[in-house]
Amino acid sequence: MLRIQFSDYESLRKHGEQTYPHECCGVLLGRSVDGINEVEEIVEAGNTRTDSAHNRYQIAPVELIRIQRQARAKSLDIVGFYHSHPDHPAQWSATDIAEAHWLGCSYIITRVGKGKADVTNSFLLTGTTEEDKSFEDEPIEILMAVSAATK
Amino acid sequence: MTINIPTPLRVYTNGQGSVPVTGDTVAAALESLVNEHPGLRTNLFSADGKLRSFVNVYLNDEDVRYLNLKEESPTSPADELTIIPSIAGGRALA
Repeated sequence: MLRIQFSDYESLRKHGEQTYPHECCGVLLGRSVDGINEVEEIVEAGNTRTDSAHNRYQIAPVELIRIQRQARAKSLDIVGFYHSHPDHPAQWSATDIAEAHWLGCSYIITRVGKGKADVTNSFLLTGTTEEDKSFEDEPIEILMAVSAATK
Repeated sequence: MTINIPTPLRVYTNGQGSVPVTGDTVAAALESLVNEHPGLRTNLFSADGKLRSFVNVYLNDEDVRYLNLKEESPTSPADELTIIPSIAGGRALA
């Protein structure tokens, strides 16, 4: 299961609207506890596939290293990634599975239809090696902020 | 020197996010790593012994593939190696 704050969930969906008709991408930082990937923070990343940004994404490794360093300073880990599918279903593609290598991480995909964020799904990359990896549908638990004024 | 291990591979390093290794080149350091943690070998290297294409290795802030000596680049105890699998994908179809 993926657990995420509503504000982060909305931010990653908005990111897909901002980059439309190109794919957006970013990193989910948090903790993996008892099989649940808990997101504490999302980090927007640049899409280096400027040659084909409408249907491909890639995060530069050097940017990932920077993000990973930031995470470590906060005692967080990389627990997943997100990207958008402009005018295409929020389902993983053959390209997505072929190029997914972070076993145990969550991969969020948002369909952005005509510039508006539509369906958002998450897929857990399961398996132990490249040879037996697969995506599994993963429930998303969205946490609403609790008002401090509640008494 | 230390090697930073990405989240999915920590299952092979007893949960450690960074591992101390010996070796005076990148290749020697990686070999030290997989000798100490054998489960990593097939995840990092293909059957012909080469780093898998999606495995990026950085010596401090430099991609080892672009260093003159590549994996034979010398290292010092203060250096940091980082293993970072690539992140890519997309809906693909034209």
